[in-house]
Amino acid sequence: MIDVINLTKKYGDLTVLDGITETIHEGERVVIVGPSGSGKSTFLRCLNCMEDPTSGSIIFDGEDLADMKVDINRHRQNIGMVFQQFNLFNNKTVLENITLAPWLIGRKKVKGRAARAELKAQITARAHELLQRIGLDDWADKYPSTLSGGQKQRVAIVRALAMNPKVILFDEPTSALDPEMVGEVLDLIRQLANEGMTMVIVTHEMGFAREVGTRVFFMDGGNIMEQGTPQEVFGNPKCERLQNFLAKVL
Amino acid sequence: MDIVKMWQVFWEKFSNPDTLKIVFGTGLINTLLIAVLGLLIGIVIGTLIATVKVMPKYKLLPRVLDKICSVYVGFFRGTPIVVQLLLTYYVLLPLCGVSFGSLNTAILVFGLNSGAYVSEIMRGGILSVDSGQMEAGRAVGLSYSTTMMKIVVPQAVKNILPTLGNELIALVKDTSVVSFIAVVDLYKTFQEIGNRTYEYLMPYLFMALIYIVLVALISLGIKWMERSLRKSDRRN
Repeated sequence: MIDVINLTKKYGDLTVLDGITETIHEGERVVIVGPSGSGKSTFLRCLNCMEDPTSGSIIFDGEDLADMKVDINRHRQNIGMVFQQFNLFNNKTVLENITLAPWLIGRKKVKGRAARAELKAQITARAHELLQRIGLDDWADKYPSTLSGGQKQRVAIVRALAMNPKVILFDEPTSALDPEMVGEVLDLIRQLANEGMTMVIVTHEMGFAREVGTRVFFMDGGNIMEQGTPQEVFGNPKCERLQNFLAKVL
Repeated sequence: MDIVKMWQVFWEKFSNPDTLKIVFGTGLINTLLIAVLGLLIGIVIGTLIATVKVMPKYKLLPRVLDKICSVYVGFFRGTPIVVQLLLTYYVLLPLCGVSFGSLNTAILVFGLNSGAYVSEIMRGGILSVDSGQMEAGRAVGLSYSTTMMKIVVPQAVKNILPTLGNELIALVKDTSVVSFIAVVDLYKTFQEIGNRTYEYLMPYLFMALIYIVLVALISLGIKWMERSLRKSDRRN
């Protein structure tokens, strides 16, 4: 689904990603773990070109996203992203957060007042459906500042879902949460996993990584040092760096 | 002349229906027109310039636009507004062969001038919005400009509202120079009263009072606007 070919990212002299070649297949749930500064967030952010790669290709839907001529906005509609800091639109209500992008993008494709009104109704109904799913439909007209961290992150996840993406990227989705709110967010991600959503997750929650992932990448120094099923990576780590890492975090 | 006499002379002239009509019907209205329309034009220009200024500069076009904006801001912040008024009214417009009317010229020049200042205010406001807001907009597939206009700028405006209020207040007071190009504003009408009565103390004091009341009303209006825009925050 996403082919990463020789991906390099440099900030000045600092090499953050050092020529990564990897494929993420449909239906896979790739979990990326590794120490701070290993390049895992940068790798994830390169997949939808939130960070522009220094060199290399990201092939998605038959096009190279790293190519500046490609209409990146169109492809990003199919690649959902969930941030560590939630990043809900502060000036929009919970409902508007979810409907904004589908509406602004969808309305360009339909002509006529009636058709647009119908589209708007459809999008709103779908947003309410998504909010019901996470039990926050009563909060539809509230602003994000009144929500708890866990609620914000769940809204952020359904905001990504509202675009019907083919894959969702999670950038440390629980790192900014109070411990007691981590569970509700992980539950939602788990549900999506069970529904077969393709996802790439950067996380520090090793238990979650082991449970949800179909494949685990261990990154260090801008490279994927080791990868395999959760059983292989967590149960039988081969490289010394990974063994040290697991000894510290497990 | 003693104070009471001065007041009587002034009041006799001022309370005349014709004078009242000129002071409030022409002078005050023109002052407000120039300041408010000037600010509105300034906000539009300022937002555009600020957007160019914070745009990523990979491509050639944003770099060229950035230079143009720098020259614009440099000119309008680097010259006094009186000079800009005179240049536009007596040099630039006649050279172009357009006659625009002095009031319209004043509105235009104040708009262009305030655009330069508002652009810097707005740029600060945009930078004060968390970069995650832009990222979130881009991540769902919205373009840079859509995210800017729908998400970032509305939040920036809320942050800079007190400073924009300051700009409006400054504009209201700066309008007192438009008589250089023969626009009848609040200042001009009171000066005229002085010219007629040969007594300037009372007209100028009274004029100061009107400016103070005007500015106080604007401050109140801004406070009210701020409160209504803060409804997406928990703080009140």
